[in-house]
Amino acid sequence: MAVMTYRDALNQALREEMHRDDRVFLMGEEVAEYDGAYKVSRGLLKEFGARRVVDTPIAELGFAGIGVGAAMVGLRPVIEMMTWNFALLAIDQIVNAAAKMRYMSGGQLGVPIVFRGPGGAALQLGAQHSQSFESWYAHVPGLKVVMPATPADAKGLLKSAIRDDNPVIFIEGEMLYNNKGEVPEGEYTTPIGSADIKRPGRDVTFVCHAKTVSVALKAAEQLAAEGVEAEVLDLRTIRPLDIEAILSSVAKTNRCVVVEEGWPFAGVGAEVVDVIQREAFDALDAPIIRVTGADVPMPYNKQLEKAAKADPAKVVAAAKQVLYLA
Amino acid sequence: MATSTRPERKESSADAAALHRQYLRHMLLIRRFEEKAGEAYSLGKIGGFCHLYIGQEAVAVGAITGLRPDDYVTSAYREHGQALARGIPPRAVMAELFGKATGCSHGKGGSMHLFDANLGFLGGHGIVGSHIPIAAGAAFAIKYRGGDQVSVCFFGEAAANIGAFHEALNMASLWDLPAVFICENNGYGMGTAVARASAVQQLSVRGNAYDMPAEMVDGQDVAVVREAVDRAVARARKESKPTLLELRTYRYVGHSMSDAAHGTYRTKDEVEEYRRRDPIKLLAERMRNAGTLDDAGYAALDAEVKAEVEDAYAFAESSPDPDPAALYADVYAPGGR
Repeated sequence: MAVMTYRDALNQALREEMHRDDRVFLMGEEVAEYDGAYKVSRGLLKEFGARRVVDTPIAELGFAGIGVGAAMVGLRPVIEMMTWNFALLAIDQIVNAAAKMRYMSGGQLGVPIVFRGPGGAALQLGAQHSQSFESWYAHVPGLKVVMPATPADAKGLLKSAIRDDNPVIFIEGEMLYNNKGEVPEGEYTTPIGSADIKRPGRDVTFVCHAKTVSVALKAAEQLAAEGVEAEVLDLRTIRPLDIEAILSSVAKTNRCVVVEEGWPFAGVGAEVVDVIQREAFDALDAPIIRVTGADVPMPYNKQLEKAAKADPAKVVAAAKQVLYLA
Repeated sequence: MATSTRPERKESSADAAALHRQYLRHMLLIRRFEEKAGEAYSLGKIGGFCHLYIGQEAVAVGAITGLRPDDYVTSAYREHGQALARGIPPRAVMAELFGKATGCSHGKGGSMHLFDANLGFLGGHGIVGSHIPIAAGAAFAIKYRGGDQVSVCFFGEAAANIGAFHEALNMASLWDLPAVFICENNGYGMGTAVARASAVQQLSVRGNAYDMPAEMVDGQDVAVVREAVDRAVARARKESKPTLLELRTYRYVGHSMSDAAHGTYRTKDEVEEYRRRDPIKLLAERMRNAGTLDDAGYAALDAEVKAEVEDAYAFAESSPDPDPAALYADVYAPGGR
């Protein structure tokens, strides 16, 4: 096992897939000469040249559409969104074109494309740069939505996303790029649609993804000191949702807290809760509680921003509530 | 900025006669097909939106007949004409309008989403202007693979006012993509006249902004269309450079089947005036003058395409609906969820 950052793991995945398959190319703002706004594409221009690492003008809708067209005729584009906030400008291509081309063409024309970039809040970037859109994309049939939390998952899932024949929304964590972790040596992929238990436990299940995995792990650590063993289930993929993994964890713990960065209304947690109440109603010993970002545009002020985010204290409090320890 | 109004080609050769006959047949087929589609829509056999191409036939036929089978064609939602000109069988197009399993998109697309991957026909897109970057993407792929195909994109003049148009043309020129952007200026975006929607009245001038060769072309004269598109296609194929063509044309019918041909936003006189330069009439007259067509010949050709359209109609009507299981098919690639 090598220890590397989440950023370098993504870089390695891109490099390996570009070596493996000439149809794969990377396109986006600042991906080439600048080495990537977040340095995920560092060194790729030098290694693969301008044919395969393509800097674009600031035109998200346009280059997303160019990616869709290229994918329709046989290439496998990786389109970098500098952040998912800017991808709102491209959402017509993602939702109206990429997601439904296969269906409305009667199965003739698929769109094997990856749209990737950082999502979620960083630090004090304000309302327009601190948003989580996974539930928006997960709402759309035809899309897959992948959100790795660790370097190992980032690499394995990005490789799977690039090889997938469907459009994949790959949301990285702006605050995760510097995180280090063990990454397996050699060739491997991580399957899309499979959740992962990041910490086993018997008393309560924390369903989480991306940045909230570390939030849940910290909460679990605190609870362990009080004799409560929380299971941390990292969804890794939002769509298709690993329903089996969720149900089997809840069957064991009988209690559940769903944690996410995004807003509460129609969020990912709402879907998780729906699945559990339908499929595992009898297993529940308490109502499920959701810990989400506050239902407000992200404020700039440091203290207000902290208050708006899901954090370990909120998860601990929620856990105590479902355990009737509060 | 060049402006084309007259064909440069000599028309006396046997080749020209054969070509004209081919144009005439294609245009008549589209005209009769669209008339029948309008009839079927009124009878409730076609649902949703249905945008007819009547009046604009010379554009699709002049532009597409010169393409190679491995070129790509992408269009908007008024695309029955391009689909037929590209060679999708009338049966498959009519069946798609009827929503049948035998349609070219297996009944999943409808009037606005005609596809044929084997013919490089990439749709059929319902969001104004959204397919212009997609067509640029097909051109990007051609260049990426080092091929010499061409990606041809049809869109209405109203699409030239949307961001996707500008972003796509900028990148197509910046990256020297082998694309031909065909702006079909039929005078109206739904009911909004060009003068009320665009700061410039001649849309081809927008090529200047992207350092892209551009021409304004008489879209009612099929031979002129063919000449202009041939030039643009050659530029794309040989030099890998894009072109913007503005084809001046006119639709006789309403924006869609749910709107009248004239009334609120244009007059009956205006429509009648444009009908005098009907693309089919124009070509037929030229052929008569050249001695390559007579009344009997025209009538025979018309009867032939009418029979083809009737056959397509009967085929569509007798075709089965998609299997109920098709509802969940092709959302994801096979093996996916």
